[in-house]
Amino acid sequence: MNTLAEGSKEKLEQGRVVNDFSIQIATVNGSGSQSSNSVLMRSIFQMGIPVSGKNLFPSNIAGLPTWFTIRVNKDGYIARKAETEILIAMNPQTAIEDVKGLSSGAVCISPVELRLEAIRTDVLHYQVPFSELAAKASENMKLRKLLTNMLYVGIVAELLNIEHAQIENSIGKQFEGKTKAIDLNLNAVKIGREWAKENLKKQDPYSVEPMNKTQGKIIIDGNAATALGSLFAGVTVVTWYPITPSSSVCEQLIDYLKAHRVDKESGKASFAVIQAEDELAAIGMALGAGWAGARAMTSTSGPGISLMAEFTGYGYFTEIPVVIFDVQRVGPSTGLPTRTSQADLISAHTLSHGDTKHIVLLPGSVAECYEMAGEAFELAEKFQTPVFVLTDLDLGMNNWMSDPFAYPTKPISRGKVMTAEDINKAGTFERYRDVDGDGIPYRTLPGTDHPQAAYFTRGSGHNEKAGYSEKPEDYLYLMDRLERKYQTARNFVPVPAVSIDKDAKIGVIAFGSSDFAVQESRDQLKVANIATSYLRVKALPFTADLRKFVESHDHVYVVEQNRDAQMRDLIRLELPDMAMKIRSVKHYDGLPIDARFVTDAIMEQER
Amino acid sequence: MTAAPPTNRIGLSLNDYKGAPSTLCDGCGHDAITAQIIKAFYELGTEPHMVAKLSGIGCSSKTPAYFLNRSHGFNSVHGRMPSVATGVSMANHNLTMIGVSGDGDTASIGLGQFCHLVRRNVPMIYIVENNGVYGLTKGQFSATADLGSKAKSGVLNELPPIDLCGLAIELGCSFVGRSFAGDPKQLVALLKAAGSHRGTAVIDVISPCVTFNNHEGSTKSYKYAKEMETPLHELGYVPFFEQISVDYEPGSVQEVEMHDGSKIRLKKTERDYDPTDEINAVVTIKKAHANKEFLTGLLYINETKEDFITIMNVGDAPLATLPESVTRPPKSALDHIMAELM
Repeated sequence: MNTLAEGSKEKLEQGRVVNDFSIQIATVNGSGSQSSNSVLMRSIFQMGIPVSGKNLFPSNIAGLPTWFTIRVNKDGYIARKAETEILIAMNPQTAIEDVKGLSSGAVCISPVELRLEAIRTDVLHYQVPFSELAAKASENMKLRKLLTNMLYVGIVAELLNIEHAQIENSIGKQFEGKTKAIDLNLNAVKIGREWAKENLKKQDPYSVEPMNKTQGKIIIDGNAATALGSLFAGVTVVTWYPITPSSSVCEQLIDYLKAHRVDKESGKASFAVIQAEDELAAIGMALGAGWAGARAMTSTSGPGISLMAEFTGYGYFTEIPVVIFDVQRVGPSTGLPTRTSQADLISAHTLSHGDTKHIVLLPGSVAECYEMAGEAFELAEKFQTPVFVLTDLDLGMNNWMSDPFAYPTKPISRGKVMTAEDINKAGTFERYRDVDGDGIPYRTLPGTDHPQAAYFTRGSGHNEKAGYSEKPEDYLYLMDRLERKYQTARNFVPVPAVSIDKDAKIGVIAFGSSDFAVQESRDQLKVANIATSYLRVKALPFTADLRKFVESHDHVYVVEQNRDAQMRDLIRLELPDMAMKIRSVKHYDGLPIDARFVTDAIMEQER
Repeated sequence: MTAAPPTNRIGLSLNDYKGAPSTLCDGCGHDAITAQIIKAFYELGTEPHMVAKLSGIGCSSKTPAYFLNRSHGFNSVHGRMPSVATGVSMANHNLTMIGVSGDGDTASIGLGQFCHLVRRNVPMIYIVENNGVYGLTKGQFSATADLGSKAKSGVLNELPPIDLCGLAIELGCSFVGRSFAGDPKQLVALLKAAGSHRGTAVIDVISPCVTFNNHEGSTKSYKYAKEMETPLHELGYVPFFEQISVDYEPGSVQEVEMHDGSKIRLKKTERDYDPTDEINAVVTIKKAHANKEFLTGLLYINETKEDFITIMNVGDAPLATLPESVTRPPKSALDHIMAELM
């Protein structure tokens, strides 16, 4: 049941394509395809081949189109790739468009009744009687629908030569402990596999072969990594309001906390997670907790960030530690809630009215989501201020391959907190005095048993003793000290990752999840004889490394996923004398940026 | 030589519970409430450093600066004190929290947070200093102003009021009282009882604004409140550390025992009012509105409801004080999680 695409014969003759292609699975959301897609991805991963998975889904629970892409790449590139080599077109609603989007010679696996061969004759079609096979897999109509997804796993496994043992492993992992589900799903895979063996003649060049590039690696999504980082940072109060794409940070954190932070003897929790009534309350609770001495966090996305503006300014002005995770999605307004973006950079950095500047951490991998969550808590308490961690939907909700995370090496530090004994030793306590010249004052916690320990926290003007003041000199002292504190932070935030190519005249600057595409693009550019150096910003404020990097290149390209070139503008403000050297590559259609896009954009400007 | 001032059971004088001088208008009802807050904590013998005072924005919200100088204070943003209080309570449940808000801060901008605080039963004393107007912005009506109440400019209020006590009961509040800034005896008893309560204790105190809402035609003026106040009972409070037994005529006093062993004594007036009867409390409030009555006293109490700390199942030691050995799981935990992800 297959029709041969024009040109595919030649492709076959050119030889096989091993461990280097993308599979796109088009389904309807709510159809249960997620487990099948995970099984497929994990099976390839367990064969030692680098993979990455991306879920492109609608802001909807059931009935709308969804696409899952698995990129298989022997070189370890895990960014999105624009082209699809193998399409599994299971969704009748989008099948025609999906097939039209393929390049010539691509493979399309589809239900036979969709008759997709008529639409594209230059594509290699494998047509499968899914309904018939599903009937064999189960008598239950409802189950048949779910098992259809496992049928395509079997068919792809046969076509690509995925080891059956790995599929068995993955299914076991996916349906842990549920023997009945494991048996049903394994059986469906077998039915698919056997049907393909008997009925499909392999005519495409794609296949997998075992490698040893994933041994010891983990697969995890960025939100789970953020949750783990917070868990091991010793977070005690977590407040949140559900919002895509950040909900799974707190949902996964709740699971981890329940598993690891409940005292076995007393059954009591060493944490509190509060699902707030809205983001206004979520940040208010986190600030209250931070003020009273808890390690407090909240996590949200764009609209939540907007709602948190007033309290974030309060936290900055009154100097209260709190960590705010922003898993960015496409704005403005409701925007595209299930698509990815890096467009909250400036708004988070300067959130709230008046002169405000916040420390922002920018993880560029799941491992950094984990590490920077920990760093964010340390910085928030060291600097007594809200600290943002900006990830995005691509990093947060998609599955990524990574080295296992390292256990924290440094003990938890709570910053400049004075106890009653400290006050006795110092002889005095003034909440907002710059005792050490670094802009960071000392604080006390409520409950400190000392007649001088108490102070009054207020969002209105205040003097060194936390007394109400509208005096110009008090306001200037406070604002200039806050600025000094921010400047101090330059020496403590994570330094950028820099990779210098000594032949390079041009530099590339990126941050966050753009890293995957930029790394791959640099290799593509190198092939085109354009050598590049690379600096990946990991935090605001910038460190001194940025100036050095820009100075040592003819010009630099700032690659980012927003319309307004927000990072470029921040860099121009930081380095006004070199503003003209700073160019821009922007990707902002809601899909994760891909390497080819970056390469083309740079080559275009280099011409 | 002057005699040493009297002290309470922990050896502190009334002065030790005072704050900075008030900057509110002379005669403001809020200052009268502040004086009773100072008195209540002094008489309870609460350790000032174990109190956290919180507020939102407005004239009322300035007042935590005027009492308990030895307590940490948090003057938050407009209408958002409840969320801050919830966070503080989670971080350190050993603190006694007192929140002061106003009718604008609670019934308008902060209504949502007020509702959810009450719904969660976060343990704190929540005082609404209710004058029916926005004082700090010069006299606009608030959402608690009575229908037909007259503004200083002569404008009549055309919208019905939100009754915060009725709303609190509807939301499951476990302690609801209403009082008047001009009735210090009742107010101080209510405040002390609220301090013994484990859960959210809402006290709505009519607190006249002498500058913008104390004229003829206002239903929140001193004159109106004095004339109209009808106490539901004579309210007494006996703290756990005092053993006073007074003989009452049988059946004339209802006693409510609190968690800490303190007792509220309600001496009956001509009304026979049982504040543990939720339905009757709701009906009484509704009827009072219809009859234009100003009822004060303990409207509702339920000492059996679980507070938020209990629901959240945190241990005895406050979360804020937990050491790293408790808050950071061991390396073996991470190794185990990593192995599962391979």
